[in-house]
Amino acid sequence: MTARLLTLAIAFVALATLPFWMSGVYYINVASQILLFAIFALGLNVLVGYAGLVSLGHAGLFGIAAYATGYMLQLGYGHSAAILVALVIGVASMAVFAVLSLRSTGIGFIMITLALGEILWGLAYRWISLTGGDNGINVPTRPAVFGYTLSMPNAFYYTTLIIFAVSVALVAVFVRSPFGAALRGTRDQPRRMNALGYHVWMIRFYACLFSGLLTSVAGILFVYYTQFISPQTLSLTSSAEVLLMVISGGPGTLLGPIVGAGLVVVVKNVVSGFIERWNFLLGTIFVAIVILMPEGLVPGTVRLWRLAWRKRTRAAPVAAKTEGSP
Amino acid sequence: MNFWLVLTVNSVTFGGLLFLLSAGFSLIFGLMRIPNLTHGSLFMLGAYIGATFVVGLLGFQLNFWLAAILAALAVAALGALAERLLLRRLPGDQLAQVLVTLGLSFMAADFCLMMWGGDPLNVTTPAGLGGFVRFGTLSFPIYRLTIIVIAMAVAIGLWLLLDRTRLGAMIRAGVDDPDMARVVGIRVSQLFTIVFALGAGLAAFAGIIGGPILSVYPGLDQDMLPLALVVVILGGTGSLLGSFVGSIIIGFIYNFGQALLPELAYFVLFMPMLLVLLLRPQGLFGRHVP
Repeated sequence: MTARLLTLAIAFVALATLPFWMSGVYYINVASQILLFAIFALGLNVLVGYAGLVSLGHAGLFGIAAYATGYMLQLGYGHSAAILVALVIGVASMAVFAVLSLRSTGIGFIMITLALGEILWGLAYRWISLTGGDNGINVPTRPAVFGYTLSMPNAFYYTTLIIFAVSVALVAVFVRSPFGAALRGTRDQPRRMNALGYHVWMIRFYACLFSGLLTSVAGILFVYYTQFISPQTLSLTSSAEVLLMVISGGPGTLLGPIVGAGLVVVVKNVVSGFIERWNFLLGTIFVAIVILMPEGLVPGTVRLWRLAWRKRTRAAPVAAKTEGSP
Repeated sequence: MNFWLVLTVNSVTFGGLLFLLSAGFSLIFGLMRIPNLTHGSLFMLGAYIGATFVVGLLGFQLNFWLAAILAALAVAALGALAERLLLRRLPGDQLAQVLVTLGLSFMAADFCLMMWGGDPLNVTTPAGLGGFVRFGTLSFPIYRLTIIVIAMAVAIGLWLLLDRTRLGAMIRAGVDDPDMARVVGIRVSQLFTIVFALGAGLAAFAGIIGGPILSVYPGLDQDMLPLALVVVILGGTGSLLGSFVGSIIIGFIYNFGQALLPELAYFVLFMPMLLVLLLRPQGLFGRHVP
């Protein structure tokens, strides 16, 4: 446990001092991008990892929050009003999503969320009077918090870091709470949970709302980060990318989606310097991870590490049974 | 008057194409319990491969119909290969299988972009079918009527296959109760390969014969996959009649939506799906809730 605390402390200090030892605006921006996508992945992981509900439409929700922010600003409202409205709209959309897609679980849930995500993409693309169509919406300014404008990369990075830390803490509390335990129960044994008197549908619904909140927060950060939003952000590719973050890192772990977000964002940024398109690589990584390391990188590495550690100390060979992928 | 009629013919034509696409999707879903997210890519691959044959490969120019059949066979082989090499490795893990098909669809989309570039390919209407037939003052494009006839023929053929042959009986048994089918000696895993190849081939065939109408462009896969999804959710999975009726309904909604409410066409398209999900989750003709 102390080793774990130490690692956490080191990670925190490293993140907090990042702008001092990592010079260059480009790298700080990449770090902000990783953090904001990590929030997004954490939000999706609540459903994929802890509820066992795989959503392929989350980019649509992410996009709704981003578009809402952009549209409110375009109408001339202030930043705080725009952010507030975007949060409300994001969570409300998730509620509608949940009511429709929670009619089934497993494969049915995937199909319905995929279809809903495609609707949102289609709306963003075709409803030109509202969304600007392919031209998207520009967000000319970033807000100022307590007088500090976020237009500088460092200020934006620290804001993102604080929101990220709060999100991680929220998810950690959520997972350890009785509600989190009940949610994992509905993932593994929905019938038994029902028999025990839990309202399975309601538990899943609340989990969806929590996921929607984190997703909306990430969406708002995203639109302020790029200062631009277009239908591309809502495409199936984006939904798949964030799902890849969760699955590659390790669904149902706290650290997994964060590592996955780092991996995907870095690979995407590095690779885009060498090859024009990254979809082929995205697809290959997807297939490779699903077939070779289905439990994800973090649990997979932990398992290998423990295996090596046990061999060295010759402890009793307790099989480190990984939690089955949802 | 003519406007509505043209719209109707276009709707039925598009419905026919959708049927060719979604029949395979529905069968694969019914049997293997996975939504095959490569289905749009198979459609696009068929269209590109067929278009390449038609334009000419290494100096050979193929007849349109020969090209369509060859492309369908090639994509069917690819589908069988993907099933054998990848999906087969993940038995019983439907989630992993879906994710593999998703990964494959990205690879296919990028592959097509690399091979054929970003410009749309136009496929010329096959010789002799380019004109119009006239009934009094009304005229109908022959090629669109041909597609309707082909779709009807395939529908009847598929129905005969499923309802009248031994293979069809085995597939139906596999759809209804795979475990019991195994127990009575049907090699369900072999059916998986056959059905996957059949579905892939049909999708590719739809892609190439739809070429002269839709043209072939990058992103065609992402346009078609949601439509197949909507048709199958609407009609019910694993039901041939369901995909047929669903395809025609969606064909109408798609074309009329595009013409009357261009900004909300996409939204209107998904409305019947949402209604069905709320009122009859198993779909109009389906037996299982997915």
